[in-house]
Amino acid sequence: MKKVKALIITGFGINCEEEMAAAYRLAGAEAEIYHLNDIFNGIVSIHDFDVLNFPGGFAFGDDLGSGKVLSNKMKFKKMNDGCLFMDEIRKFLADGKFILGVCNGFQFLVKMGLLPDVAGNWQQEVTLTRNNSAKFEDRWVYCKVNPKSNTPFLKGIYVLPVPVRHGEGKLIIKDEEIKKGIVEKDLNCLSYCDADGNITDKYPLNPNGAELNCAGLINSTGQVFGLMPHPEAFLSLYNHPNWGQMKRRNPNISEDGDGLKVFKNIVESLTSP
Amino acid sequence: MKNQIQLVLKENIRDVEGEKIRQEAANFLQIDTGIVKTGKIFNVMYDLSEKEIELFANLGLKDEIIHDVFINSFYQNSKFKTFILIARLPGVTDDEGVSAQKTLIDILDLDLDVNTQHIYTDDIYLFEKDLTDSQLKELAEKMLGNKLIQHFEFGKFTGRIDYIPEVKITSDEQVKIIDLNITDDELMRLSKDMLLSLNLEEMQAIQAHFADEKVKKYRSEKGLSLDPTDCELEVLAQTWSEHCKHKEFSATIKYTNKETGEEKTIDSLFKTYIRKSTEIIRERLEKAGNNWLLKIFTDNAGVVKINDESVFVWKVETHNSPSAIDPYGGAITGILGNNRDPLGTGIGGGKLLFNTNVLCFGPPNYDKELLPGQLHPRRIMEGVRHGIEDGGNKSGIPTVNGSIIFDDRYSGKPLVYCGTGGVMPYTLNGMNSWLKPIAAGDLIIMAGGRVGKDGIHGATFSSAEIDEHSPQSAVQIGSPITQKLLGDFMQEAVKIGLIKCSTDNGAGGLSSSIGELATISGGAIVNLEKVPLKYANLKPWEIYISESQERMTFVVTNDKKDELYNLAKEREVELSDIGIFTDNGFIDVRFDEQSVAFLDMEFLHEGVPKKFMEAVWEKPKLTEPQIPSNLDYNETLEKLMGSLNICSRENVIRQYDHEVKGKTTIKSLMGPDGKAPQDAAVMRLNFDSFAGIAVSNGIIPRYSDIDAYEMSAGAFDEAIRQIIAVGGKLPDPEDKSNRFWTVNDNFCVPDSLYDPKTNPDGKLKLAKLVQMNEALFDMSTFYNIPMTSGKDSMKNDFKAGKIKISVPPTILYSMVAKVDDVRRNVTSDFKASGDLIYQIGQTYNELGASEFYRLFDELGANVPKVRKADSKRIYEKVIKANDQNLIESNHDISDGGLAVTLTESAFGGGFGAEIYLDKLSDLDLKAILFAESHSRFVCSIKPENKTEFEKLFGKDAMLLGEVINEHRLKVKFQNSDVINIEMNKLRTAWEKGLL
Repeated sequence: MKKVKALIITGFGINCEEEMAAAYRLAGAEAEIYHLNDIFNGIVSIHDFDVLNFPGGFAFGDDLGSGKVLSNKMKFKKMNDGCLFMDEIRKFLADGKFILGVCNGFQFLVKMGLLPDVAGNWQQEVTLTRNNSAKFEDRWVYCKVNPKSNTPFLKGIYVLPVPVRHGEGKLIIKDEEIKKGIVEKDLNCLSYCDADGNITDKYPLNPNGAELNCAGLINSTGQVFGLMPHPEAFLSLYNHPNWGQMKRRNPNISEDGDGLKVFKNIVESLTSP
Repeated sequence: MKNQIQLVLKENIRDVEGEKIRQEAANFLQIDTGIVKTGKIFNVMYDLSEKEIELFANLGLKDEIIHDVFINSFYQNSKFKTFILIARLPGVTDDEGVSAQKTLIDILDLDLDVNTQHIYTDDIYLFEKDLTDSQLKELAEKMLGNKLIQHFEFGKFTGRIDYIPEVKITSDEQVKIIDLNITDDELMRLSKDMLLSLNLEEMQAIQAHFADEKVKKYRSEKGLSLDPTDCELEVLAQTWSEHCKHKEFSATIKYTNKETGEEKTIDSLFKTYIRKSTEIIRERLEKAGNNWLLKIFTDNAGVVKINDESVFVWKVETHNSPSAIDPYGGAITGILGNNRDPLGTGIGGGKLLFNTNVLCFGPPNYDKELLPGQLHPRRIMEGVRHGIEDGGNKSGIPTVNGSIIFDDRYSGKPLVYCGTGGVMPYTLNGMNSWLKPIAAGDLIIMAGGRVGKDGIHGATFSSAEIDEHSPQSAVQIGSPITQKLLGDFMQEAVKIGLIKCSTDNGAGGLSSSIGELATISGGAIVNLEKVPLKYANLKPWEIYISESQERMTFVVTNDKKDELYNLAKEREVELSDIGIFTDNGFIDVRFDEQSVAFLDMEFLHEGVPKKFMEAVWEKPKLTEPQIPSNLDYNETLEKLMGSLNICSRENVIRQYDHEVKGKTTIKSLMGPDGKAPQDAAVMRLNFDSFAGIAVSNGIIPRYSDIDAYEMSAGAFDEAIRQIIAVGGKLPDPEDKSNRFWTVNDNFCVPDSLYDPKTNPDGKLKLAKLVQMNEALFDMSTFYNIPMTSGKDSMKNDFKAGKIKISVPPTILYSMVAKVDDVRRNVTSDFKASGDLIYQIGQTYNELGASEFYRLFDELGANVPKVRKADSKRIYEKVIKANDQNLIESNHDISDGGLAVTLTESAFGGGFGAEIYLDKLSDLDLKAILFAESHSRFVCSIKPENKTEFEKLFGKDAMLLGEVINEHRLKVKFQNSDVINIEMNKLRTAWEKGLL
């Protein structure tokens, strides 16, 4: 059987490409890491892959706002063959393929207009900006999955414990109409919550003050998924800060981290007919 | 033509930055600013049309959800009465401007120069309150900016900003000849005027060299001046600087110990203690056929073998002086510079795995009057923390552990230790990755950032005391994004064999990097006109010794040059081919074919006169204090938990990304609420196996007030026991599994050169340094734990007029040890109620220099001593217990003693503890609870393992009590409750100590 192929973009300050590749490999897929310029220069084509991934990092040092400079590049810079990258993405999605963006990658997707895309015109509708704490923070949070969100990435997951590591993760929505669209279409697929799954705006459970307590978004087809927390940082039980007590309570606990499920889900959905 | 674009947040968007400034101004400066509105200004110097500027502003810069944009006009609102503008001084790194340039060419599809500065960014702050000029000045200088690197404007905003920090240098003569036929006084004046930091003997050695007939002969044959050029003097000063040559660690020292009557002459502390101890260990390893020490002391970082596929490379350094005058810039260049050490070891291009940092500051509540040029400790702390945050986070390197130490004596010069570890493949294209082969004919290629005036005299500056006239050019701001691109590029280029080997450009710039590499081939020719500059008209010597950051020097063979350049173009990294290695024994520096420096390498590297220093040890007369006998132990413990050296670092830790790369398995804070402080960090090496490394650090400067030997030995023990606590194993020369240990030693001491007037206690200070080295040797050879690299920083004094603030003699041991299986590690937090709690190791009457005594402002006399044989026996038992899965939690006992350790393990796991101390020993209760005796742990075990555990440990472990669900710490001694307090109270005190 043909293996699922994941393309992981790097370059310009992206820095989570290796754990992202490891996530796909552990999930049974093939993963290749390429510099964005290799796509622009025609060395590799996104169409040879099934999932396109934008990992976390600090592209251009977050100058001009997180994700801004790299999303400008992807939106406006012409590729070597004269085409626009966005047109390639359009074709990629039309082929029924999937896009994942984590943290900085989510910030690109939002600023490129791919998420949430309520209006279906790829105009920027939300932004991710300075946390209310005015600080970068690395802490573990819980995210509640919206059961009505239609995306293979989150199938069978109810509450996801996962680390956030960002200074600009607060979702701000352009206006009430867009907000209504997000809620009505269930595009807000992940919300910050407590250990029991109750959605909350209380800091630090909601680490940044995001509107709708939103930690992740999908587009209306569920093909594009972006989130602030890092599922690829929870591939192993031993990534969890409380693995000691978890193992003591349940000596037979799985050594896989819960974040791995996100990748297993997408690989499985692309494998099964 | 200049265009200006301003971005401000829309009225309905919360200005979190403004809110933070308002709060901090109120808290720290007692200034009520009212509402603060922040804004960003882009001064665009490119020649662009109105349409282009509009597109750039709206598409390139503005986030349409949150920003309003103003083009060639500024946001004004009568609600705001006053303003501050913070711009950069000419030549100061402006990454945001550069990023704006890059997005400009992407959006408009223009072909413009983006390698030099054409867009300058400013920050503007509008204040609701009508603040006075002196309030605004205070806000600008003490909170928002640093006048060494920034330009301020403030007052009532007129709607105009004219300031543009373009660099304009007029050029005069390129190369100056310096007359050395001068008197000794004039030699010293020359050293001072040129900021050479060379002493009379060294100046005389240079004078004699140029007067030497042989030297005269080849100089006249070559048509060179007989006197040295400015560049030659600068190169000698840089190469001979304390920072680069470690003259005091190489000095001949006459040591007198008046306590024991011992007298000895030490020919170099480095050779006698540091290198020697590692050589002894290497011999033992070789004898057993298990040598994992691949490279020691000879490259940018030491290298040890992990297995047949990979090697571990790491380095820890300090960046103290720059951090004292610009904390953010000092720390970020410190950590980025440190990253380049493992990156530039051997062939280079290693994958950087983690950062670590240890910081020593004055107390944040420091209330003495600040001396000229001295920054407030709180400001230094926040700036340094921010620099480490950006340096690590933006490079995608996790900051996995660290430590912060407070002492009044760090309030002049802070200590900023930065460390970085990385992994290289064992072989690269068939060659051992840690080797550095260079032959005549190989090309010298510079890569990365451009060269400006930044950091000129950095190497000599760090070897001098700080005073109010310290040069501005010593301040630099790092650019993590430039370095990230460079590092990624190197990894790719090295993998496909395009780079023969490499080194970093740090202190001393090209002069240092090329100077050191040229010793391998035997010489080099450098063409300075080929070095790309940030701005025109630098003098040749400035180009050669500039410390502009984010640069590496590559050694490249001619046949690989084109391919390397092609890859660099694709990865947007700038390369320049600046010279060639030779084997004629000379460093030959030219500018447009004019000779700038022509120096005999032997004189350059070996010509520095050996220093002679005197050390005299006299034991201080110290006594144990009287502590009130009616001590309230609840209150004392609460105070101790909130004291500066014990309380929580969570606010700092959470601002560092400590888990990027997805490999960190023991982080600084663990447990159900992420509140349990851990002893050592542990990381996996890759995703295919569970093998990993543990990283620890030992540092206890306050013990040196009683006994510098025990301070150093204790710090070494502390670093070992942290690794043992998490489940590490001691090294064994007979072990076949490459279970390496590797240490970086970092000495930071005050000026220890005796001078009757300026440094009357210099001999005592030097004696302490000798003793610190003796302890290093004793501990290292006893445990077979080798130094593989390190650094010394010798002049940690802050001077203003007649006042001098000197740091206490400080040594940091940073250790890394291989861990077989991270799944078997142990964390510090209690795991379940009902588990039994033990103290492992023996407590002694050792409260000297303890945190407990510090509560009473006392020093005491009985400093904790390391008892090596006992410690080793105990550690071996802990290792055995872990092999048998007997230990559920383990936490090393250090600052604050047993009581603090118990408290941390209890609240860390979300439990309480019930403790009976009677069996422990016949010591005084204060010593039992608070002494900091070494080689001890608080551990917990399952009740069913009691018999086996006690059988294994015998008298080396004592049952203390058990873990309880009730959130209280209850301690009974001689049938009475000495401590009975809610855990929450202790945890709250601990959490609030640094806020």
